Amino acid sequence: MAASHLQCRECHTEYPLEALYVCERCFGPLEVAYSRPGVELSVAEWRRRIQAGPQNIWRYADFLPAAAPPGPSGRLNSRAGLPAGCTPLIRADRLAARLGLKEVWVKNDAANPTHSFKDRVVSVAATRARELGFETIACASTGNLANSVAAHGAALGMDSYVFIPSDLEEQKVLATGVYGTKLVGVKGNYDDVNRLCTELCAERDWAFVNINLRPYYAEGSKTLAFEIAEQLGWELPDRCVVPVASGSLFTKIAKGFEEWRELGLLEGELPRMNGAQADGCSPVASAFAEGHDICRPVKPSTIAKSLAIGNPADGPYALDLARRTGGSVDAVSDEEIRAGIRLLAETTGVFTETAGGVTTAVLAKLAERGEIDPEERVVLVITGEGLKTLDAVRGSFEMHTIEPTVADFEAGVPEPLTV
Amino acid sequence: MSVLVKIPTQLRAAAGGEAEASVEGATVQEVLDGLFQRHEELRVRLADDDGSLRRFVNVYVAGEDIRFLDGLATPVSDGAEVTILPAVAGG
Repeated sequence: MAASHLQCRECHTEYPLEALYVCERCFGPLEVAYSRPGVELSVAEWRRRIQAGPQNIWRYADFLPAAAPPGPSGRLNSRAGLPAGCTPLIRADRLAARLGLKEVWVKNDAANPTHSFKDRVVSVAATRARELGFETIACASTGNLANSVAAHGAALGMDSYVFIPSDLEEQKVLATGVYGTKLVGVKGNYDDVNRLCTELCAERDWAFVNINLRPYYAEGSKTLAFEIAEQLGWELPDRCVVPVASGSLFTKIAKGFEEWRELGLLEGELPRMNGAQADGCSPVASAFAEGHDICRPVKPSTIAKSLAIGNPADGPYALDLARRTGGSVDAVSDEEIRAGIRLLAETTGVFTETAGGVTTAVLAKLAERGEIDPEERVVLVITGEGLKTLDAVRGSFEMHTIEPTVADFEAGVPEPLTV
Repeated sequence: MSVLVKIPTQLRAAAGGEAEASVEGATVQEVLDGLFQRHEELRVRLADDDGSLRRFVNVYVAGEDIRFLDGLATPVSDGAEVTILPAVAGG
Protein backbone atom coordinates (compact mmCIF):
# COMPACT_ATOMS: atom_id res chain seq x y z
CA MET A 1 0.00 0.00 0.00
CA ALA A 2 1.30 3.43 -0.87
CA ALA A 3 -0.53 6.74 -1.14
CA SER A 4 -1.02 7.35 -4.86
CA HIS A 5 -3.18 10.47 -5.22
CA LEU A 6 -5.88 12.64 -3.68
CA GLN A 7 -9.46 12.00 -4.74
CA CYS A 8 -12.71 13.93 -4.30
CA ARG A 9 -15.03 12.01 -2.01
CA GLU A 10 -18.05 13.27 -3.93
CA CYS A 11 -17.18 13.31 -7.66
CA HIS A 12 -13.94 11.21 -7.60
CA THR A 13 -11.84 13.77 -9.49
CA GLU A 14 -8.16 12.99 -8.90
CA TYR A 15 -5.45 15.40 -7.72
CA PRO A 16 -1.71 15.05 -6.97
CA LEU A 17 -0.49 14.45 -3.38
CA GLU A 18 -0.03 18.16 -2.60
CA ALA A 19 -1.39 20.63 -0.04
CA LEU A 20 -4.92 20.52 -1.49
CA TYR A 21 -8.15 19.85 0.37
CA VAL A 22 -11.11 20.88 -1.77
CA CYS A 23 -12.29 19.63 -5.15
CA GLU A 24 -12.22 22.50 -7.62
CA ARG A 25 -15.09 20.96 -9.54
CA CYS A 26 -17.68 20.30 -6.83
CA PHE A 27 -16.17 21.67 -3.58
CA GLY A 28 -16.24 18.17 -2.05
CA PRO A 29 -13.50 17.16 0.43
CA LEU A 30 -10.38 15.43 -0.89
CA GLU A 31 -9.21 12.15 0.54
CA VAL A 32 -6.01 10.13 0.18
CA ALA A 33 -6.22 7.15 -2.19
CA TYR A 34 -3.80 4.22 -2.09
CA SER A 35 -2.53 1.81 -4.67
CA ARG A 36 -2.61 -1.87 -3.84
CA PRO A 37 0.85 -3.28 -3.11
CA GLY A 38 2.82 -4.59 -6.07
CA VAL A 39 3.67 -7.72 -4.11
CA GLU A 40 0.83 -9.64 -2.49
CA LEU A 41 1.64 -10.33 1.15
CA SER A 42 -0.07 -13.11 3.08
CA VAL A 43 -1.95 -12.23 6.24
CA ALA A 44 0.87 -13.67 8.33
CA GLU A 45 3.44 -11.63 6.38
CA TRP A 46 1.44 -8.43 6.87
CA ARG A 47 1.20 -9.08 10.59
CA ARG A 48 4.92 -9.75 10.90
CA ARG A 49 5.71 -6.61 8.93
CA ILE A 50 3.53 -4.50 11.21
CA GLN A 51 4.80 -6.14 14.41
CA ALA A 52 8.41 -5.52 13.33
CA GLY A 53 7.68 -1.79 13.18
CA PRO A 54 8.34 0.81 15.89
CA GLN A 55 6.19 1.23 18.99
CA ASN A 56 4.32 4.22 17.60
CA ILE A 57 1.96 5.07 14.72
CA TRP A 58 4.72 4.56 12.14
CA ARG A 59 4.34 0.80 12.53
CA TYR A 60 1.34 1.44 10.23
CA ALA A 61 3.33 3.55 7.74
CA ASP A 62 2.14 1.30 4.88
CA PHE A 63 -1.35 2.70 5.47
CA LEU A 64 -0.37 6.35 5.96
CA PRO A 65 0.24 9.11 3.40
CA ALA A 66 3.83 9.98 4.26
CA ALA A 67 7.02 8.53 2.91
CA ALA A 68 8.30 8.14 6.47
CA PRO A 69 9.89 5.33 7.96
CA PRO A 70 9.16 1.63 7.53
CA GLY A 71 12.08 -0.78 7.71
CA PRO A 72 14.96 -1.09 10.17
CA SER A 73 16.32 2.44 9.67
CA GLY A 74 12.78 3.76 9.86
CA ARG A 75 12.57 2.44 13.36
CA LEU A 76 15.15 5.00 14.42
CA ASN A 77 13.80 7.80 12.23
CA SER A 78 10.33 7.29 13.66
CA ARG A 79 11.61 8.24 17.08
CA ALA A 80 12.46 11.74 15.85
CA GLY A 81 9.87 14.44 16.41
CA LEU A 82 7.10 13.52 18.80
CA PRO A 83 6.04 9.93 18.15
CA ALA A 84 2.40 9.26 18.96
CA GLY A 85 0.29 6.16 19.39
CA CYS A 86 0.61 2.71 20.89
CA THR A 87 -1.57 3.86 23.76
CA PRO A 88 -3.04 1.33 26.22
CA LEU A 89 -6.19 -0.67 25.57
CA ILE A 90 -7.51 -1.44 29.03
CA ARG A 91 -9.95 -4.19 29.94
CA ALA A 92 -12.60 -2.36 31.99
CA ASP A 93 -14.42 -5.12 33.89
CA ARG A 94 -15.60 -2.87 36.71
CA LEU A 95 -17.08 -0.38 34.25
CA ALA A 96 -18.73 -3.23 32.34
CA ALA A 97 -20.24 -4.65 35.54
CA ARG A 98 -21.60 -1.24 36.51
CA LEU A 99 -23.35 -1.02 33.14
CA GLY A 100 -24.63 -4.61 33.06
CA LEU A 101 -22.23 -5.54 30.23
CA LYS A 102 -19.59 -8.26 30.01
CA GLU A 103 -16.73 -6.98 27.89
CA VAL A 104 -15.79 -3.33 27.74
CA TRP A 105 -12.38 -2.01 26.71
CA VAL A 106 -11.09 1.53 27.16
CA LYS A 107 -8.72 2.85 24.50
CA ASN A 108 -6.90 5.50 26.51
CA ASP A 109 -5.59 8.03 24.00
CA ALA A 110 -4.84 10.50 26.76
CA ALA A 111 -1.56 8.54 26.91
CA ASN A 112 -0.17 10.42 23.89
CA PRO A 113 2.67 12.99 24.08
CA THR A 114 0.32 15.98 24.48
CA HIS A 115 -2.41 13.88 26.08
CA SER A 116 -4.95 13.54 23.28
CA PHE A 117 -5.52 11.60 20.06
CA LYS A 118 -4.61 14.74 18.12
CA ASP A 119 -0.94 13.74 18.25
CA ARG A 120 -1.74 10.97 15.78
CA VAL A 121 -3.18 13.29 13.15
CA VAL A 122 -0.63 16.04 13.70
CA SER A 123 2.30 13.59 13.42
CA VAL A 124 1.07 12.55 9.98
CA ALA A 125 0.22 16.09 8.83
CA ALA A 126 3.47 17.62 10.11
CA THR A 127 5.53 14.85 8.49
CA ARG A 128 3.76 15.40 5.17
CA ALA A 129 4.13 19.20 5.56
CA ARG A 130 7.89 18.79 5.88
CA GLU A 131 7.99 16.51 2.86
CA LEU A 132 6.13 19.18 0.87
CA GLY A 133 8.68 21.80 1.93
CA PHE A 134 6.60 23.85 4.39
CA GLU A 135 8.47 25.64 7.18
CA THR A 136 5.45 26.68 9.24
CA ILE A 137 2.59 24.59 10.63
CA ALA A 138 -0.66 26.10 11.87
CA CYS A 139 -4.16 25.11 12.97
CA ALA A 140 -7.62 26.21 14.02
CA SER A 141 -8.28 24.42 17.28
CA THR A 142 -10.72 23.72 20.09
CA GLY A 143 -7.70 23.10 22.34
CA ASN A 144 -6.24 19.61 22.02
CA LEU A 145 -5.07 20.24 18.49
CA ALA A 146 -3.51 23.50 19.69
CA ASN A 147 -1.40 21.61 22.25
CA SER A 148 -0.31 19.10 19.65
CA VAL A 149 0.57 21.52 16.84
CA ALA A 150 2.57 23.74 19.22
CA ALA A 151 4.46 20.72 20.57
CA HIS A 152 5.13 19.20 17.15
CA GLY A 153 6.39 22.56 15.90
CA ALA A 154 8.85 22.61 18.80
CA ALA A 155 9.90 18.99 18.33
CA LEU A 156 10.41 19.29 14.58
CA GLY A 157 11.94 22.77 14.62
CA MET A 158 9.11 24.31 12.60
CA ASP A 159 7.47 27.66 13.29
CA SER A 160 3.86 27.34 14.38
CA TYR A 161 0.75 29.50 14.56
CA VAL A 162 -2.15 28.31 16.68
CA PHE A 163 -5.61 29.89 16.52
CA ILE A 164 -8.09 29.14 19.33
CA PRO A 165 -11.34 30.61 20.65
CA SER A 166 -10.22 33.17 23.25
CA ASP A 167 -12.52 31.66 25.95
CA LEU A 168 -10.84 28.24 25.94
CA GLU A 169 -10.08 26.35 29.20
CA GLU A 170 -7.03 27.87 30.91
CA GLN A 171 -5.25 24.48 31.07
CA LYS A 172 -5.40 24.13 27.30
CA VAL A 173 -4.16 27.68 26.74
CA LEU A 174 -1.21 27.18 29.11
CA ALA A 175 -0.36 23.77 27.64
CA THR A 176 -0.12 25.41 24.21
CA GLY A 177 1.77 28.62 24.94
CA VAL A 178 4.52 26.82 26.85
CA TYR A 179 5.92 25.36 23.61
CA GLY A 180 6.79 28.81 22.26
CA THR A 181 4.16 28.88 19.52
CA LYS A 182 2.54 32.04 18.20
CA LEU A 183 -0.78 31.73 20.00
CA VAL A 184 -3.77 33.71 18.72
CA GLY A 185 -7.00 33.91 20.77
CA VAL A 186 -9.90 34.75 18.47
CA LYS A 187 -12.98 36.47 19.88
CA GLY A 188 -15.58 34.00 18.70
CA ASN A 189 -16.40 30.30 18.72
CA TYR A 190 -14.52 27.50 16.95
CA ASP A 191 -16.51 27.92 13.76
CA ASP A 192 -15.42 31.58 13.62
CA VAL A 193 -11.80 30.51 14.16
CA ASN A 194 -12.14 27.91 11.43
CA ARG A 195 -13.59 30.42 8.96
CA LEU A 196 -10.79 32.90 9.68
CA CYS A 197 -8.14 30.21 9.21
CA THR A 198 -9.72 28.99 5.96
CA GLU A 199 -9.42 32.55 4.67
CA LEU A 200 -5.85 32.93 6.00
CA CYS A 201 -4.87 29.62 4.46
CA ALA A 202 -5.29 31.18 1.01
CA GLU A 203 -3.07 34.12 1.93
CA ARG A 204 -0.18 32.41 3.74
CA ASP A 205 2.29 29.77 2.70
CA TRP A 206 1.65 27.72 5.84
CA ALA A 207 0.61 24.14 6.40
CA PHE A 208 -2.68 24.42 8.30
CA VAL A 209 -2.80 20.84 9.51
CA ASN A 210 -6.59 20.66 9.57
CA ILE A 211 -7.25 22.77 6.47
CA ASN A 212 -4.87 22.48 3.50
CA LEU A 213 -3.17 19.40 4.99
CA ARG A 214 -6.47 17.93 6.10
CA PRO A 215 -6.49 14.89 3.77
CA TYR A 216 -3.20 13.73 5.35
CA TYR A 217 -4.15 14.78 8.87
CA ALA A 218 -7.41 12.85 8.83
CA GLU A 219 -5.66 9.62 7.84
CA GLY A 220 -3.79 9.66 11.16
CA SER A 221 -7.02 8.76 12.96
CA LYS A 222 -7.05 5.35 11.25
CA THR A 223 -4.17 4.33 13.51
CA LEU A 224 -6.63 4.19 16.43
CA ALA A 225 -8.52 1.44 14.61
CA PHE A 226 -5.31 -0.40 13.69
CA GLU A 227 -4.14 -0.37 17.31
CA ILE A 228 -7.48 -1.49 18.70
CA ALA A 229 -7.56 -4.44 16.28
CA GLU A 230 -3.94 -5.37 16.90
CA GLN A 231 -4.35 -5.09 20.68
CA LEU A 232 -7.43 -7.32 20.53
CA GLY A 233 -5.30 -10.00 18.87
CA TRP A 234 -6.17 -9.06 15.26
CA GLU A 235 -9.88 -9.08 15.93
CA LEU A 236 -12.65 -6.54 15.43
CA PRO A 237 -14.74 -5.30 18.34
CA ASP A 238 -18.53 -5.58 18.02
CA ARG A 239 -19.10 -1.94 18.83
CA CYS A 240 -17.13 1.31 19.18
CA VAL A 241 -18.31 4.39 21.05
CA VAL A 242 -16.48 7.46 19.74
CA PRO A 243 -16.85 11.20 20.35
CA VAL A 244 -18.05 13.27 17.37
CA ALA A 245 -17.03 16.89 16.77
CA SER A 246 -16.36 17.34 13.04
CA GLY A 247 -17.04 13.62 12.46
CA SER A 248 -13.56 13.00 11.08
CA LEU A 249 -12.26 10.69 13.85
CA PHE A 250 -15.51 8.70 13.86
CA THR A 251 -15.42 8.00 10.13
CA LYS A 252 -11.68 7.37 9.92
CA ILE A 253 -11.75 4.73 12.66
CA ALA A 254 -14.23 2.82 10.51
CA LYS A 255 -12.03 3.40 7.45
CA GLY A 256 -9.08 1.85 9.29
CA PHE A 257 -11.08 -1.27 10.10
CA GLU A 258 -12.34 -1.45 6.51
CA GLU A 259 -8.87 -1.20 4.97
CA TRP A 260 -7.67 -4.11 7.08
CA ARG A 261 -10.78 -6.16 6.29
CA GLU A 262 -10.13 -5.66 2.59
CA LEU A 263 -6.59 -6.95 3.03
CA GLY A 264 -7.89 -9.95 4.95
CA LEU A 265 -6.09 -8.84 8.11
CA LEU A 266 -9.40 -8.75 9.95
CA GLU A 267 -12.50 -10.88 9.56
CA GLY A 268 -16.12 -10.19 10.36
CA GLU A 269 -18.53 -7.31 10.18
CA LEU A 270 -17.61 -3.67 10.67
CA PRO A 271 -18.38 -2.79 14.33
CA ARG A 272 -21.54 -0.90 15.15
CA MET A 273 -20.38 2.70 15.32
CA ASN A 274 -21.93 4.88 18.03
CA GLY A 275 -21.13 8.59 17.92
CA ALA A 276 -21.21 10.74 21.06
CA GLN A 277 -22.04 14.45 21.25
CA ALA A 278 -22.99 16.96 23.94
CA ASP A 279 -26.55 18.33 24.05
CA GLY A 280 -25.11 21.84 23.81
CA CYS A 281 -23.54 21.06 20.43
CA SER A 282 -25.31 18.15 18.79
CA PRO A 283 -25.84 18.90 15.09
CA VAL A 284 -24.99 15.31 14.10
CA ALA A 285 -27.07 13.66 16.85
CA SER A 286 -30.04 15.91 15.96
CA ALA A 287 -29.79 15.05 12.26
CA PHE A 288 -29.56 11.36 13.17
CA ALA A 289 -32.67 11.56 15.35
CA GLU A 290 -34.60 13.47 12.69
CA GLY A 291 -33.55 11.17 9.84
CA HIS A 292 -31.71 13.90 7.92
CA ASP A 293 -28.70 13.29 5.66
CA ILE A 294 -27.05 16.63 6.37
CA CYS A 295 -26.48 18.62 9.56
CA ARG A 296 -27.95 22.00 10.35
CA PRO A 297 -25.21 24.06 12.02
CA VAL A 298 -25.67 25.20 15.62
CA LYS A 299 -24.08 27.73 18.00
CA PRO A 300 -22.29 25.58 20.60
CA SER A 301 -22.90 25.96 24.33
CA THR A 302 -21.42 23.05 26.29
CA ILE A 303 -18.70 22.25 28.83
CA ALA A 304 -17.31 19.79 26.23
CA LYS A 305 -15.39 22.49 24.40
CA SER A 306 -13.18 20.06 22.52
CA LEU A 307 -16.35 18.81 20.79
CA ALA A 308 -17.83 22.29 20.26
CA ILE A 309 -17.91 22.34 16.47
CA GLY A 310 -21.28 23.67 15.39
CA ASN A 311 -20.70 23.18 11.69
CA PRO A 312 -19.33 19.63 11.31
CA ALA A 313 -17.93 19.18 7.81
CA ASP A 314 -17.87 15.37 8.00
CA GLY A 315 -21.37 15.25 9.48
CA PRO A 316 -23.00 13.66 6.40
CA TYR A 317 -20.41 10.87 6.37
CA ALA A 318 -20.79 10.29 10.12
CA LEU A 319 -24.56 9.96 9.72
CA ASP A 320 -24.14 7.50 6.89
CA LEU A 321 -21.67 5.40 8.89
CA ALA A 322 -23.84 5.26 12.01
CA ARG A 323 -26.85 4.12 9.96
CA ARG A 324 -24.92 1.69 7.79
CA THR A 325 -23.42 -0.15 10.79
CA GLY A 326 -26.57 -0.24 12.91
CA GLY A 327 -25.10 2.29 15.34
CA SER A 328 -26.34 5.75 16.29
CA VAL A 329 -25.28 9.27 17.22
CA ASP A 330 -26.51 10.27 20.69
CA ALA A 331 -26.19 13.37 22.83
CA VAL A 332 -25.88 13.85 26.60
CA SER A 333 -26.33 16.79 28.97
CA ASP A 334 -23.56 18.64 30.83
CA GLU A 335 -24.68 16.86 34.03
CA GLU A 336 -24.39 13.49 32.33
CA ILE A 337 -20.93 14.50 31.04
CA ARG A 338 -19.74 15.23 34.59
CA ALA A 339 -21.22 11.93 35.75
CA GLY A 340 -19.50 10.17 32.84
CA ILE A 341 -16.10 11.55 33.89
CA ARG A 342 -16.69 10.28 37.44
CA LEU A 343 -17.97 6.89 36.27
CA LEU A 344 -14.88 6.26 34.14
CA ALA A 345 -12.51 7.52 36.84
CA GLU A 346 -14.11 5.48 39.65
CA THR A 347 -14.30 2.22 37.70
CA THR A 348 -11.11 2.27 35.59
CA GLY A 349 -8.63 4.73 37.11
CA VAL A 350 -8.70 6.76 33.89
CA PHE A 351 -9.34 10.48 34.34
CA THR A 352 -10.65 11.92 31.11
CA GLU A 353 -11.56 15.37 29.90
CA THR A 354 -15.11 16.45 29.12
CA ALA A 355 -15.07 14.77 25.68
CA GLY A 356 -14.38 11.43 27.39
CA GLY A 357 -17.21 12.21 29.78
CA VAL A 358 -19.48 12.59 26.75
CA THR A 359 -18.35 9.24 25.35
CA THR A 360 -18.68 7.39 28.66
CA ALA A 361 -22.11 8.94 29.28
CA VAL A 362 -23.31 7.85 25.83
CA LEU A 363 -22.10 4.30 26.52
CA ALA A 364 -24.02 4.35 29.81
CA LYS A 365 -27.11 5.64 28.00
CA LEU A 366 -26.93 2.92 25.34
CA ALA A 367 -26.53 0.26 28.03
CA GLU A 368 -29.43 1.68 30.00
CA ARG A 369 -31.65 1.66 26.92
CA GLY A 370 -30.83 -2.02 26.46
CA GLU A 371 -29.30 -1.41 23.02
CA ILE A 372 -26.13 -3.35 23.78
CA ASP A 373 -26.22 -7.13 23.86
CA PRO A 374 -24.33 -8.14 27.06
CA GLU A 375 -22.26 -10.56 24.98
CA GLU A 376 -20.86 -7.75 22.81
CA ARG A 377 -17.24 -6.67 22.89
CA VAL A 378 -17.39 -2.89 23.25
CA VAL A 379 -14.54 -0.39 22.84
CA LEU A 380 -14.85 3.04 24.42
CA VAL A 381 -12.54 5.54 22.71
CA ILE A 382 -11.21 8.05 25.26
CA THR A 383 -9.57 10.87 23.35
CA GLY A 384 -8.22 13.25 25.99
CA GLU A 385 -6.91 13.95 29.48
CA GLY A 386 -8.86 15.06 32.56
CA LEU A 387 -6.17 17.47 33.72
CA LYS A 388 -7.04 19.72 30.77
CA THR A 389 -10.63 20.37 31.90
CA LEU A 390 -10.39 20.55 35.69
CA ASP A 391 -13.43 22.80 36.06
CA ALA A 392 -15.65 19.86 35.11
CA VAL A 393 -14.83 18.02 38.35
CA ARG A 394 -14.29 20.97 40.69
CA GLY A 395 -16.68 20.74 43.65
CA SER A 396 -17.78 17.22 42.78
CA PHE A 397 -16.30 15.65 45.95
CA GLU A 398 -15.31 16.58 49.46
CA MET A 399 -11.84 16.76 50.99
CA HIS A 400 -11.59 16.23 54.75
CA THR A 401 -9.17 18.74 56.26
CA ILE A 402 -7.90 17.78 59.71
CA GLU A 403 -5.22 18.58 62.29
CA PRO A 404 -2.28 16.14 62.12
CA THR A 405 -3.57 14.02 65.01
CA VAL A 406 -5.08 10.55 65.15
CA ALA A 407 -7.91 11.90 67.26
CA ASP A 408 -8.83 14.49 64.68
CA PHE A 409 -8.66 11.91 61.92
CA GLU A 410 -10.99 9.58 63.78
CA ALA A 411 -13.39 12.40 64.60
CA GLY A 412 -13.25 14.12 61.22
CA VAL A 413 -13.15 11.41 58.59
CA PRO A 414 -16.07 9.04 58.09
CA GLU A 415 -15.39 5.36 57.34
CA PRO A 416 -14.97 4.15 54.70
CA LEU A 417 -12.74 6.88 53.37
CA THR A 418 -14.55 8.70 50.59
CA VAL A 419 -11.89 11.18 49.54
CA MET B 1 -26.83 47.94 -4.28
CA SER B 2 -23.26 46.80 -4.65
CA VAL B 3 -21.83 43.94 -2.63
CA LEU B 4 -18.28 42.63 -2.46
CA VAL B 5 -18.05 38.87 -3.01
CA LYS B 6 -14.85 37.17 -1.82
CA ILE B 7 -13.94 34.24 -4.04
CA PRO B 8 -11.96 31.31 -2.57
CA THR B 9 -8.67 30.30 -4.21
CA GLN B 10 -10.15 27.04 -5.49
CA LEU B 11 -12.64 28.98 -7.64
CA ARG B 12 -10.49 31.82 -8.88
CA ALA B 13 -9.49 30.04 -12.07
CA ALA B 14 -13.19 29.75 -12.91
CA ALA B 15 -13.66 33.45 -12.12
CA GLY B 16 -11.06 34.84 -14.50
CA GLY B 17 -8.45 34.85 -11.73
CA GLU B 18 -10.41 37.35 -9.64
CA ALA B 19 -10.13 37.15 -5.82
CA GLU B 20 -13.20 39.33 -5.35
CA ALA B 21 -16.03 40.68 -7.41
CA SER B 22 -18.37 43.61 -6.98
CA VAL B 23 -21.93 42.44 -7.69
CA GLU B 24 -25.40 44.04 -7.51
CA GLY B 25 -28.17 42.41 -5.46
CA ALA B 26 -30.43 42.79 -2.43
CA THR B 27 -30.27 39.16 -1.23
CA VAL B 28 -27.61 36.44 -1.22
CA GLN B 29 -29.53 34.70 -4.01
CA GLU B 30 -29.48 37.81 -6.19
CA VAL B 31 -25.80 38.39 -5.48
CA LEU B 32 -24.92 34.80 -6.40
CA ASP B 33 -27.08 34.99 -9.56
CA GLY B 34 -25.20 38.14 -10.53
CA LEU B 35 -21.90 36.40 -9.91
CA PHE B 36 -22.99 33.34 -11.94
CA GLN B 37 -24.06 35.58 -14.84
CA ARG B 38 -20.60 37.03 -14.95
CA HIS B 39 -18.82 33.68 -14.48
CA GLU B 40 -21.15 30.93 -15.69
CA GLU B 41 -18.75 28.18 -14.67
CA LEU B 42 -19.14 29.08 -10.98
CA ARG B 43 -22.80 28.04 -11.06
CA VAL B 44 -22.15 24.34 -11.59
CA ARG B 45 -19.36 24.33 -9.07
CA LEU B 46 -21.34 25.95 -6.26
CA ALA B 47 -24.95 24.97 -6.91
CA ASP B 48 -26.81 21.70 -7.40
CA ASP B 49 -29.13 21.12 -10.36
CA ASP B 50 -32.08 22.47 -8.34
CA GLY B 51 -30.26 25.74 -7.65
CA SER B 52 -29.53 25.09 -3.97
CA LEU B 53 -25.96 25.39 -2.70
CA ARG B 54 -23.87 22.23 -2.69
CA ARG B 55 -23.53 20.77 0.79
CA PHE B 56 -19.82 21.55 1.19
CA VAL B 57 -20.24 25.23 0.26
CA ASN B 58 -20.43 27.73 3.12
CA VAL B 59 -21.58 31.30 2.46
CA TYR B 60 -21.13 34.09 5.00
CA VAL B 61 -22.58 37.61 5.13
CA ALA B 62 -20.36 39.90 7.23
CA GLY B 63 -18.79 36.79 8.79
CA GLU B 64 -22.07 35.09 9.73
CA ASP B 65 -23.02 31.75 8.16
CA ILE B 66 -26.21 32.33 6.10
CA ARG B 67 -27.70 29.16 7.58
CA PHE B 68 -28.02 31.13 10.84
CA LEU B 69 -29.69 33.95 8.91
CA ASP B 70 -32.26 33.52 6.15
CA GLY B 71 -30.29 31.22 3.87
CA LEU B 72 -30.26 32.36 0.26
CA ALA B 73 -33.01 34.87 1.07
CA THR B 74 -30.73 36.67 3.55
CA PRO B 75 -30.80 40.39 2.75
CA VAL B 76 -27.50 42.12 2.02
CA SER B 77 -26.95 45.83 2.46
CA ASP B 78 -24.97 48.17 0.22
CA GLY B 79 -21.24 47.62 0.75
CA ALA B 80 -21.72 44.29 2.56
CA GLU B 81 -19.17 41.51 2.20
CA VAL B 82 -20.22 38.04 1.06
CA THR B 83 -17.61 35.30 1.58
CA ILE B 84 -17.71 31.89 -0.11
CA LEU B 85 -15.64 29.18 1.56
CA PRO B 86 -15.34 25.40 1.43
CA ALA B 87 -16.51 23.49 4.52
CA VAL B 88 -13.56 21.90 6.28
CA ALA B 89 -13.57 19.46 9.15
CA GLY B 90 -11.96 20.81 12.25
CA GLY B 91 -10.64 19.61 15.59
